[in-house]
Amino acid sequence: MSGFNHRAIWSIYKFELHRFCRTLLTGLLVPVITTSLYFVVFGGAIGSRMTQIDGIPYAAFIVPGLIMMSMFTESIFNASFGIYMPKFTGTIYELLSAPVSAAETIAAYVGAAATKSLIVGTIIFLTAHLFVEIHVAHPLAMAAFMVLIAISFCLFGFILGIWAQSFEQLQVIPLLIIMPMTFLGGAFYSIHMLAQPWRTITLFNPIVYLISGFRWTFFGRGDVGIEFSLLFIAGMLALCLGIIGWMFRTGYRLKK
Amino acid sequence: MASIISVSGLTKSYASGFQALKGVDLEIEEGEIFALLGPNGAGKTTMISIICGNVRPTGGSVTVAGHDIISGYRGSRSAIGLVPQELHTDSFERVIDTVRFSRGLFGKPRNDAHIEKILRDLSLWDKRNNKILELSGGMKRRVMIAKALSHEPRILFLDEPTAGVDVELRRDMWKLIGELRQTGVTIILTTHYIEEAEEMADRVGVINKGELVLVEEKTALMKKLGKKTLTVSLVDTLYAVPPELAEWHVTLKNEGHEIEYLFDTQAERTGVSSLLRRLGDLGIGYKDLNTEQSSLEDIFVSLVHQEKAA
Repeated sequence: MSGFNHRAIWSIYKFELHRFCRTLLTGLLVPVITTSLYFVVFGGAIGSRMTQIDGIPYAAFIVPGLIMMSMFTESIFNASFGIYMPKFTGTIYELLSAPVSAAETIAAYVGAAATKSLIVGTIIFLTAHLFVEIHVAHPLAMAAFMVLIAISFCLFGFILGIWAQSFEQLQVIPLLIIMPMTFLGGAFYSIHMLAQPWRTITLFNPIVYLISGFRWTFFGRGDVGIEFSLLFIAGMLALCLGIIGWMFRTGYRLKK
Repeated sequence: MASIISVSGLTKSYASGFQALKGVDLEIEEGEIFALLGPNGAGKTTMISIICGNVRPTGGSVTVAGHDIISGYRGSRSAIGLVPQELHTDSFERVIDTVRFSRGLFGKPRNDAHIEKILRDLSLWDKRNNKILELSGGMKRRVMIAKALSHEPRILFLDEPTAGVDVELRRDMWKLIGELRQTGVTIILTTHYIEEAEEMADRVGVINKGELVLVEEKTALMKKLGKKTLTVSLVDTLYAVPPELAEWHVTLKNEGHEIEYLFDTQAERTGVSSLLRRLGDLGIGYKDLNTEQSSLEDIFVSLVHQEKAA
């Protein structure tokens, strides 16, 4: 056989989605409940004191941040688990001995993980409608942004899954780095509300650009220009692809 | 016959500096059953893993069905079904799903008839809808064989196929291997159970400390390296070995009714006729003689010991 092994991609993709389906109830309920809680706490309790940010009602303002935060963590967890589990159980032997290229492997695992995180993102978006009226300024850009975010964070998760040698390492990056960076990256506030020097320091947090860009697709404005946001996503995609390419070339933690 | 696998100058050094393979050359012929024997840590699994794509070679080259395993990995890997030594399964998957998955992974279109045949051959059909975690160890081993056969490989690698396997599965497995051979599948198995190689293999390779010590037709090997045991049934019972027989190192067996003499068939003087003459001289009468070929196990042990002595 030569050429493109589309059947392998489809097999892995189905296998991974099937894995998600086994935990369908929690997989779908958790984002709904989490979103509702955020609305009760931030939208209700805080929103009653802080009615508007940049002319946007606070409850609506936090929606893009909420979606992004869940998609970051979902993408990283799903993609890292997807490739870590076969390593952990040993079933990776089959993937390594199959006529499947690195690109096909990535397309399948990242595609499946991104699919799930897009589903979760959409559920949060729909749940948010129950609490607040949202008008999306650029719906197509919003969808495209979600796809790009899902893919780049799934690539990042995939790298993490290959790198990790224990379940602890698997959790460390999303919980100790991505989560704080998201909270400090303007998910629930505008960085213009910060006093100096914090406002400048915040600009070193790449998450700021991602959340700001996504907020732009909702309200037509963000903390930074949309072009910076796109630049950051492009940079992240390129960096992740580069690292994964290197990992497969050298067999890093996959092949002895 | 044409080689389906061609290994030349294959070396493997791990990061720790351990040299698992030290320049192995090997040709596997299409349709044969080849047994790779060797003690634990000899390099059997490393060699298989390199051929299948799980481990990177340090030096040398391997072609499988005419495809280089690095530059032509799609071609080489498509030809191979691998059953690794350890039980690695997706616990939460159903048996039939995991076998279908393997077929798809190897780029083959769905074929329910083929999957059904494999599952029936391996007595897994009744369990096809069970989750793998519900199966016993032996059944899981069968699932792994089914996965390896799902994409109709031309070559099947069985790494320690009967380690920790019950008698029934071992018998089924030999039957299956026999059938596969009929259809022209090349089978390479590693084992340290010598009787397996003896029973099934056409050729035997012995690997020790990363080097292929020997590759030989099984029958030729046994003839060449085989020792034979001469058993002499005596007319009268002996209670001790007479000192006159000391140079033959014979032993008394069967409560003194027999004496046993181990000799090398390749030696210039086997010592058989001189022993019999001496028995005659001593007036020890015998009623029957029997010689028996020694097993591959004896050959193997002597080979590995020679290596150690050298």
